[in-house]
Amino acid sequence: MIQFIDGNEALVQGALKAGCDFFAGYPITPATPILLSMMTELPARGETAIQGEDEIASIGFCIGAAMTGKKALTATSGPGLSLYSENIGLAIMGEVPLVIVDVQRLGPATGSATKDASMDIQFVRWITSGGYPVIALAPSSVEDCYLLAIHAFNFAEKYRTPVFILSSKEIGQTRMRVDLDLLDAPAIIERESATPSQNGKVKSVSFNNSSFQPICTVGGDELSRFTGSSHDEYGNLTKSPGMIEKLNEHLNTKINPEEVALWEYSGPDRPETLIISYGIVSRSVNQALKSTHYPGVGHLILKTLWPVPETILLKYLSSADTIIVPEMNHGQYALEIERLKRHDSTLISLQQVNSELLAPERITEALKEVSHV
Amino acid sequence: MSELQTYFKPEVKSLPFCPGCGHTTNLSHLDKAMKLINADPKRTVIVTDIGCVGLSDQYFDVHAFHGLHGRSITYATGIKLANPELNVIVLMGDGGCGIGGNHIVNAARRNVGITVMVFNNFNFGMTGGEHSVTTPFGGLTATTHSGNIEAPLDIIGLAQVCGAGYSARMTTFDKELPSIMAEAMTYKGFAILDIWEFCTAYYSPRNDMDKQSMIAISETHNLPFGILTNRTDRTEYTVALKNQEAKTLKASPDLNQRFDQLLDQKIELVLSGGAGQKIKSTAAILGQAAILSGGYASQKDDYPITVKTGYSSAEVIISPENIDYTGMTAPNAALILSIEGFNKEKSKLVAMKAGSVIFLEEGLPEFETEATVIRKPFEAIAKKIDRNSVALVGLGALLAETKWLSRESVESAIGISQKAAYLEMSLKALKAGWELGNQA
Repeated sequence: MIQFIDGNEALVQGALKAGCDFFAGYPITPATPILLSMMTELPARGETAIQGEDEIASIGFCIGAAMTGKKALTATSGPGLSLYSENIGLAIMGEVPLVIVDVQRLGPATGSATKDASMDIQFVRWITSGGYPVIALAPSSVEDCYLLAIHAFNFAEKYRTPVFILSSKEIGQTRMRVDLDLLDAPAIIERESATPSQNGKVKSVSFNNSSFQPICTVGGDELSRFTGSSHDEYGNLTKSPGMIEKLNEHLNTKINPEEVALWEYSGPDRPETLIISYGIVSRSVNQALKSTHYPGVGHLILKTLWPVPETILLKYLSSADTIIVPEMNHGQYALEIERLKRHDSTLISLQQVNSELLAPERITEALKEVSHV
Repeated sequence: MSELQTYFKPEVKSLPFCPGCGHTTNLSHLDKAMKLINADPKRTVIVTDIGCVGLSDQYFDVHAFHGLHGRSITYATGIKLANPELNVIVLMGDGGCGIGGNHIVNAARRNVGITVMVFNNFNFGMTGGEHSVTTPFGGLTATTHSGNIEAPLDIIGLAQVCGAGYSARMTTFDKELPSIMAEAMTYKGFAILDIWEFCTAYYSPRNDMDKQSMIAISETHNLPFGILTNRTDRTEYTVALKNQEAKTLKASPDLNQRFDQLLDQKIELVLSGGAGQKIKSTAAILGQAAILSGGYASQKDDYPITVKTGYSSAEVIISPENIDYTGMTAPNAALILSIEGFNKEKSKLVAMKAGSVIFLEEGLPEFETEATVIRKPFEAIAKKIDRNSVALVGLGALLAETKWLSRESVESAIGISQKAAYLEMSLKALKAGWELGNQA
């Protein structure tokens, strides 16, 4: 079915497709339309959506609901994400499946509430104390909002971790023609309930990094123990250095970067010049490459930003003498590329933070400066 | 379910609190209270947060949830919303009432069916005896060396004015405390207990606290004991939520191609006017008509936060091919309907190149541009139909002149997106606009 919808609407459709049955959020531009949609969609399905008294309560509701078995979603923008920070730490420590949408807008503090930017890229990576890994996906289009919402719920369930969707104003609030039925959506991953292990007790979580973690449901038939403090596999508090190390090693390594790596590439197998983009800027690159053919130029669009999809990056970085990284921030992801690229290659970090979209012309100009093109 | 002897875990021989700490007696009261209501452990959740009281959940054979400082009410609310059948108990300290006071306010306002038990010992016991929001006037703490000068928070009073269904203030020494706890847990709505007790590590020795001084604090601060609220006039939140009528969902219209593609180039159009001129909905009609004709479209709206005043603008791209970049600095078409819209978009109009076209409401200011400017009395014509239909009149004139889309495709888009009440008026406005365009 062909629709004329924006990224926020597509994201809601994707979340519902994935089985989202709980939403809590607080109004904030440009994420409010997701709250408004969920407040209509979920009650119509007999499920619950609620506007919290603030962002802290909203994510708290989601964490509680998620542990009773709900597929929970919340949506905000930069200033709201700041308030989510402490509970994101809890969600990481308590291994809560949860999808957090950040429809990014420009600036620290209030900034420019209705203007596009990609300024929360490093923020979500290091959003809470402890510095443990998170999964963050970045849509480039309305279609991506739908697809990545489904992936996000799947990853959240599989790894029992908060998953971020880093949308932005331009993607979230610009309507486009889409046909979501044509997309190759992944199968939906459903949650499994934990069952007693050999000693008759139920583990809250297993520290063996198995790729799928059942959940001991709050209010279910097996008694659950959830805690944000250092704990053993049964949710009991621990002061044992050995156990604390096991827990933290598990949190640090449980996400398999290969399994969550989503990307698109177009260009030669061994590009001499590699453009690496994500988010809305990918479309400016596409436009620039559509109008002129540049032999030797490849374009890698990252849909997974965290964990860094190193294998695919290293593959295309190995041949590239020049790497162009256009971003609607002061070069946040260029930092990751810098550490992965060949030492003798050149990285051009194209940055724009002026409330306007980074135009295709800036890509064209950058390509002109690359000698072989 | 057979009656349990105790809700404490079998391996729990003693609790970890300081000798004389009220937490020990309060947890024993809670155990008795759960026995009184014959609580099903599998359907009971104890939610705690930070402070010595935060240790409590792990000693009971019920579901245990230990979260962040002052946020226990939010997790408990989420749990209750997700599974209203559960008996959800929050055990928190007076410290949590400060950092999480906003959640008490709003849980009480909602009357969500959780039971909050505040173990109130007038200071932060876990971190070294600093003052809390309930420290009495003059109270000596690690951070009020000369006596507290802040008014103590009346936790119950706060909950009451916020609509809490059930509230009581007790001391840990009250014989009736287990039965009050039981009553609070079975109350269908938000219940809160302010339970006064000793912190034998800090507050009590620093302030020579005994049972008599608790009574004195109650009297001098006007903080009475007993059951203080037991309302029957409020519906519990999850019940009220279920009783609400769900809004009917609107089916998204299918925009499969129904009309011939007339467009042979990408058009970047800025549509701008004043608040109330239906700029957004007209832009949507334009985009939908392009899609119904087999093309592609994008639409981006812009208006001030004070939505009923000032400009309203939309950038619409229509194209026979897929659209990547949605930015627009020099559009090749514009439809400007009011002075607010003109002022907002003037820089774009000036930048427009030769071969572009600007449709302008008659009487708007003169300006320099390479584009072809066509001035028409859209507003005068719209007024004869409905003054709010000016954007559709303008769109009709623009499309009649440019022939980018067929009139049928726009009429079809109007039929898809406009409410029945506006349908006839909208079609009339489009027709009048089309005729105006054809006159050129």
